[in-house]
Amino acid sequence: MVIKRVNTPLTDEVVQTLAAGDHVALSGKIYTVSDAAHKKLVQYLGYGRKLPVDLSNQVIYYAVATPTPPGRILGSAGPTTAERMDDYTPALLGQGVKGVIAKGYRKAEVLQAMRHHRAVYFGATCGIATLLSMYIKKVRLAAYPQLGAEAIYEYTAVDLPLVVNNDIHGGDLQREGRIAYAITQGN
Amino acid sequence: MRTVEAMLVAEVVARLCEEANFVLEENIHSAFQRGFEEEISPYGKEVFAQLLSNAAIAAKNRLPICQDTGIVVVFIDLGQDVQVTGGSLYGAITEGVRDAYQRGYLRKSVVNDPIERTNTKDNTPPVIHCRIVDGDRIKISLMPKSAGSENMSTAKMVNPSKGWEVIKEFVVDTVERAGPNPCPPLVVGVGIGGTLEKAALISKEALFRPVGHRHPEEIKAHMEDELLDAVNKLGIGPMGRGGRITVLDVHIETYPTHMASMAVAVNLLCCAARYKTAEI
Repeated sequence: MVIKRVNTPLTDEVVQTLAAGDHVALSGKIYTVSDAAHKKLVQYLGYGRKLPVDLSNQVIYYAVATPTPPGRILGSAGPTTAERMDDYTPALLGQGVKGVIAKGYRKAEVLQAMRHHRAVYFGATCGIATLLSMYIKKVRLAAYPQLGAEAIYEYTAVDLPLVVNNDIHGGDLQREGRIAYAITQGN
Repeated sequence: MRTVEAMLVAEVVARLCEEANFVLEENIHSAFQRGFEEEISPYGKEVFAQLLSNAAIAAKNRLPICQDTGIVVVFIDLGQDVQVTGGSLYGAITEGVRDAYQRGYLRKSVVNDPIERTNTKDNTPPVIHCRIVDGDRIKISLMPKSAGSENMSTAKMVNPSKGWEVIKEFVVDTVERAGPNPCPPLVVGVGIGGTLEKAALISKEALFRPVGHRHPEEIKAHMEDELLDAVNKLGIGPMGRGGRITVLDVHIETYPTHMASMAVAVNLLCCAARYKTAEI
């Protein structure tokens, strides 16, 4: 199994090389954006205000971690369902977001917007939040402290294990994977 | 009459909440191991390996298996010959949840009102289902239920004259539409009969049955096999990346119903399948 090492901020050149199904070890800063933070960010944009975090060429992570226990820098932090953020995603892509880490399906128009903005949909495995948190080496509160656990946190990741769900060329691991393993009647 | 201190109930509930969130049930662990051996998709196999590795780290360090530590669903079988003293039963269960989620550093995901949506900050209230049964024991079965899989669960009133085929179609359709969203590999609980709410309730109770255990009635056991086979033909696979193990098991529970009615509820349980049971 080939693992592509990818660093953030993400450039168009790197995005170009990623294909659906690729295993990726992602390093660098990523930003957690929860449901509540999405709503706030998009509201800010609606008011014509500058975002509290510069998302240009950045990768965002749909995650709300568990509280940090003593002696650790982070609780368990796995991905949440992408679909809930679909309505907000095009606005954030307009701010230069180059990658999203989440799980599950996305609306077709959001996938199209991601291709248009040359942004990648990275899949993280859900149900392995403790394991994933071990790849986060530093945590900093980046914006919206009033949202508590749902605030925007800047994680410094080292080799975070991901899979490319959707690339900018139209590749779709979840669709292709399903077709490859489905057993239709008669088979 | 036998008496049980409310404080003891609170302690047991707190312990079950923590154990459920930190330690995977043995039967789920075995199902993951079997999945790792049997899944033919390399992506799927990798997911099973990750799930096993995560479970080991979580148990060893007493950290939550998943960041969605759920809303706590509690089933109580209350013996009619036991009395809870020194406080109310529901108060004690709520206190136990509150304690566990604070001391265990578990995420507080519950909001006070479905419309207003302000976080209660202690993960209460739990959802409590209590039934009076024979005996003098209190059985507590508890499940921290994640939103991802609950959100893709379904219920429907179907035409009873269409029978088994329409049930099968509804179950397969639920798993198919859900795709990767409920975090497969799943356990699927199917509640059939009763009324709308009874079907939903037994579909959740069905999730507590260990993977590999069949319904005691042969015909229903056979239906479970048939459903398991049908949903695993969909090809969704672990985490929706393609594979032959989308569902670890399907459990059916039924209840007598009205001659003109047939309710079907399908409750999905994600791969962070967490539940614990104790008896006082």
